[in-house]
Amino acid sequence: MDKTSSWISHIEAFVDSSCAPKQQAASVDAIAALVKKDLLTLEALVREMELYLTTSDHSIRARGMLLLAEILNCLISKPLDSATVSSLVEFFTSKLADWQVLHGALIGCLALLRRKKNVGMVKSSEARALAESYLTNVQVQSLAVHDRKLCFEVLQCLLEAYPEAVEMLGDDLVYGICEAIDEEKDPRCLMLTFHLVEILARVFPDSSGAVASFAGDLFDILSRYFPIYFTHPRSDDFDITREDLSRALMHAFCSTPFFEPFAIPLLLEKLSSSLPLAKLDSLKYLNNCIQHYGTDRMIKHAGAIWSNLKDAIFNHSPHKTLSSTSEAAGNTESEENQIAKEALICLQTAILHLDSLEKDPILSLIVEDEDIEMKFGLVSNEGACTGISIESWRQLSAVGNILSVSSKASMSGCTRVFQKFFPRLMNILEVSASSSSYGCNTKNRTSSLNFGALYLCIQLLASCRELTLTSQDFSPQVTTVQDTWWSMLQHFSGPLVHALGSALVAVGSSELVSNNTGHEHAIYEVKGLQVLAMFPGCYLPISEDVYEYILVILVSMVTERFEDTFLWKLSVKALIEIGSFIEKHHDSYRGISFNRIVVERIVSLFQHDDSTMPLALKLDAISEIGTIGVDYMSRVIRLLEEAILSKFLAVCVEGCLEAAEILVPLLECYSNRVLAWCYTSGNFDEVAMRFALCIWDQMESITIFDKDVKLKDLLDRVMMTMKLLVWGCVEESQSLIVRKAYSVLLSTTFLSEESLSFSPSKLEGLQLTPDLVNLSWRDEWIVSLFASVVMALLPQTPLPDVKLLSNMLTTFLLKGHLPAAQALASMVNKWHVNIDKSEVSSAYTLDEAIEMILERSLLSIQSSSNLGKSDLLNNGERMLSCLCLLNKNSSFQNNAVVGLAWIGKGLLMRGHEKVKEIAMLLLKYLLSNPYKELHSDVSGSGDGLDVHTSLATSAADAFHVILSDSEVCLNKKFHATIRPLYKQRFFSSMMPVLLSSIKQSRLLSMRVALCRAFAHVISDAPLAAVVAEAKKIVPSLMDSFAMLSEDVLNKDLIYSLLLVLSGILMDDNGKEAIIENINTVISHLIRLIFYPHMMLVRETAIQCLVAMSGLPHARIYPMRPQVLRAVSKALDDQKRAVRQEAVRCRQAWVSMA
Amino acid sequence: MVTGLINANPIVYERKERRVRSAPTDIDEYAEEPIDQLEIFDHIRDIKDPEHPYSLEELKVVTEDSVEVNDRHSYVRVTFTPTVEHCSMATVIGLCLRVKLLRSLPSRYKVDVRIAPGTHATEAAVNKQLNDKERVAAALENPNLLEMVNECLAPTFA
Repeated sequence: MDKTSSWISHIEAFVDSSCAPKQQAASVDAIAALVKKDLLTLEALVREMELYLTTSDHSIRARGMLLLAEILNCLISKPLDSATVSSLVEFFTSKLADWQVLHGALIGCLALLRRKKNVGMVKSSEARALAESYLTNVQVQSLAVHDRKLCFEVLQCLLEAYPEAVEMLGDDLVYGICEAIDEEKDPRCLMLTFHLVEILARVFPDSSGAVASFAGDLFDILSRYFPIYFTHPRSDDFDITREDLSRALMHAFCSTPFFEPFAIPLLLEKLSSSLPLAKLDSLKYLNNCIQHYGTDRMIKHAGAIWSNLKDAIFNHSPHKTLSSTSEAAGNTESEENQIAKEALICLQTAILHLDSLEKDPILSLIVEDEDIEMKFGLVSNEGACTGISIESWRQLSAVGNILSVSSKASMSGCTRVFQKFFPRLMNILEVSASSSSYGCNTKNRTSSLNFGALYLCIQLLASCRELTLTSQDFSPQVTTVQDTWWSMLQHFSGPLVHALGSALVAVGSSELVSNNTGHEHAIYEVKGLQVLAMFPGCYLPISEDVYEYILVILVSMVTERFEDTFLWKLSVKALIEIGSFIEKHHDSYRGISFNRIVVERIVSLFQHDDSTMPLALKLDAISEIGTIGVDYMSRVIRLLEEAILSKFLAVCVEGCLEAAEILVPLLECYSNRVLAWCYTSGNFDEVAMRFALCIWDQMESITIFDKDVKLKDLLDRVMMTMKLLVWGCVEESQSLIVRKAYSVLLSTTFLSEESLSFSPSKLEGLQLTPDLVNLSWRDEWIVSLFASVVMALLPQTPLPDVKLLSNMLTTFLLKGHLPAAQALASMVNKWHVNIDKSEVSSAYTLDEAIEMILERSLLSIQSSSNLGKSDLLNNGERMLSCLCLLNKNSSFQNNAVVGLAWIGKGLLMRGHEKVKEIAMLLLKYLLSNPYKELHSDVSGSGDGLDVHTSLATSAADAFHVILSDSEVCLNKKFHATIRPLYKQRFFSSMMPVLLSSIKQSRLLSMRVALCRAFAHVISDAPLAAVVAEAKKIVPSLMDSFAMLSEDVLNKDLIYSLLLVLSGILMDDNGKEAIIENINTVISHLIRLIFYPHMMLVRETAIQCLVAMSGLPHARIYPMRPQVLRAVSKALDDQKRAVRQEAVRCRQAWVSMA
Repeated sequence: MVTGLINANPIVYERKERRVRSAPTDIDEYAEEPIDQLEIFDHIRDIKDPEHPYSLEELKVVTEDSVEVNDRHSYVRVTFTPTVEHCSMATVIGLCLRVKLLRSLPSRYKVDVRIAPGTHATEAAVNKQLNDKERVAAALENPNLLEMVNECLAPTFA
């Protein structure tokens, strides 16, 4: 009893119209949940609700119905017994007559009709009764939008789920639907109505059925919507676009062939409308209708369809000139082009579908068309391309497209088109069908080929080639029977090839090159040759020697016409296409002649230096040839490697400088093109490893380097190539390369002279040699190459004898060998933390290595300052003192600082703690006070100060090294370990220290160095991090401007600082910080307006001032006279860009008042 | 005051394409780029006509050739052509030109604004008015006139 009262209160809440909608929804859910859990039967519920369902108060009755319907809606997947379902259906069916409760009744019907078989479905007879009641009682048109939508949904449900039940209703049903969907305007309902027509047609497919008899009326209702005009904004709540509606209507149009007598005339009429959208839609609809209505019905429209399509194609073909279409094809597809494209698609469908007993009606129409005939005559007489008007170009492309579509459709179609047009084209091109000899009048050809005819001819050739590619099975009668397109083509192809070839040869030599005409011709001549050479095996219309002639002509273009880049590229591209085609079809027979004529020729061209062709083009050609396939590429690789190694020998042993100039582009080509191709095609590993080992063999065999080999850029290039070779290899190959390199390294003079164990005394001996003077060139090359191998390794690749390596690299680092420092940094960065215990190097951990490196770096500084070495590691003061006792030869210290910077970078990127130690060390260099020591130490001469300054400067620059991204190593490409946000972390840990030191520093030189470090840190750190700290940074930023603007050398730094400032100015937080320091900021910016050394600084300073004019008026107004005075002077700046900015700035500050 | 537009139907010409100065790749930081014809023309081409929403360039009131400049002698002369002979807006256009150049050029420059000979009914009077410092200064004291000038100049600072 208790329960009963609780759910009754829910009913009352729902029926009471004063309740909130949310509460009502909650009560529906509550009751539905009860029924679902079987705590309440539907029967009991209905009985309880009896009063609400039968009362004479309309509003209460409607609410009651709605409640019952909503509950049923929630119970769609709950099994119900058939008695309940049928009594409910009966009830709702009867209630359809009660218009006051119609809303609820519709929802209830829908909920019942949607039930699936396994949970108790509505019976067929009941469904029919429901449909009858619906048809007699519901006036769809007079209902509101939501109810209409429900009505359509009910109909859709009936048609989809109970087709056999409603079919018996026949005409009544179709008539009812017609009445319901007439004059519908809401897009959501329209989607449903279009769909309704589609299923209706499926229910009554019979020619004597109801749809057939009502087809006229139905189509009359539908046709009013065509073409869909829908301008509703996209961002509305029902999410229906014009395309959706159009597609739905199209399906409705195509749903039954009974629409044919009405639809086709309408579509053809709309095709001639002036609205582009209508045209486009009619073409799409027509295309679909042709496919759906069937040949029998459509055949009688063939003539009309063709003439309409013809008009569309001729009037809307693209009229851009050749060159622009070939370059910028497809980036913006205008409506015009779309229409032409749709029309051509439609034509193709028509040709394919409309063939009956009288063969190919459309094709005969095309072939016999007078317009085509006339236009063909007109355009095929166009001489030069540039001479033809836009209009005739449009005609030309239209004719070309129509012919190509019709010949592409079928073999027989192709033959008909060929019979009609091909001989005439040949005639215009002055090619005679002499199959035996090439005795046509090509020898004394004076004028170039007729352009129009050339264009059409190539279109035809291309389309019949496509035809042969698409037809899978080879039909032998095409090649045997006389008068097919193939035999015609075969007759003409020999002479045609010769005509094209000689015309192509003539292009280069004649004066045509000067204007573009020659090029336009050449495009099609080359394309023609290419197409003729690319017929699949059995269809090849040309004989073997003609085929070879094509290749010879194209190759001669490549080898001789290199001054004309356009022609050259065109020919190379054509050759590559031909080659790829051969490769794709595994045509070994033609592959042989391709190899013989093309590949051999280009290879020999490359091998002989005597030709006048520039090296860059040769490399282009040969690397392009390589892209055809693996076999070709391996040949190219061999060739390039040989060339590289021989040139390498020439450079290193004989000191031949010219060879170096060739070697650099060779290496570039190898690493950029060949390796990139190998990487994508998957055989990178094998190629790269072999070549890397080859280089190392070479290095091993050359024992004496020529003295003069000081070619920095060559060494850089070789190093880069080596890095790229190693970079892409898998772990095993990498470790092979490393071993090889290591063994070569051991053979170097500096290592072989001494024992391999590094005793401290020996180390010292090494260290005392101040620079690389005593290192032979061979050794330097080997060390650099070894360093580049190390830089590019994967983290997991094991290194042999890590201890020795890091010792050695440290030594070189101290000698100022930059690659060694970078290699060491890479090693540290990728150091395996959980290294395998079985490894020889396992005893040597990262921490130990770092200790060693740091110790030796400090040692170098100390030993060079002749101090005894005592406990080094926790002795900041001692270190400082030794730093301050300045050595005359400071290069050690500088080297050590640069090396530390790189190692710090490596550590920072992997997030290692020791980076702090390094940073503090660098900071101490910055803070060391030279004066104090100078006073005490009389022997310190004047240059001591310089030395100190340079040391402090390099310590400051070390921060730049640590924070900036490097192209050379320690980046993503070379497998560095990179912790996210490592820059931010360094920035936030360093900033407080730097800021406080700047504040405390008294000495000018120290302050300059600190500011420099500060500037590096904030300009290299991510802007977002800097802006967040704006309040603390801005005062020091201004200090840095003052300090750094003294020296010309700092101009780039000043510029990057200004960029930071402008970043701060763009941010809301930053603006506040600027306002607090407004006086200093403005006075510094004004000073920078006249910065003499860099235009960008002046320009950016003025831009910053423009941005500042937007700050709160009260704060900046006092500065106005000052700014205006400065900017007026900037109007007379010597650079134009600065003057323009000054004009804007002045206006901004003047108009502020 | 005349009601209605003085030239209701002006001929609108096409804007010339902005000549992009070829950005020198290796900039000599200290080389001087003197103020030239195009730079002056760039300053004034976008000034809006006082009665139409077109720029002076589109109405061919000023062209690049109508600018004479001599940077060494700090001298500029702009000759403009009113669209109709009796155009009472000629003085306003001239004033706009003068104000714009005053604001955009270094103070060492002497600016001379003139009507092209034979293109205006009261040519001499307008020329005199435009090149009289006192009268220009007085005109700019007039808030209505100043507002009008500023409105015409607004597009040039975009």
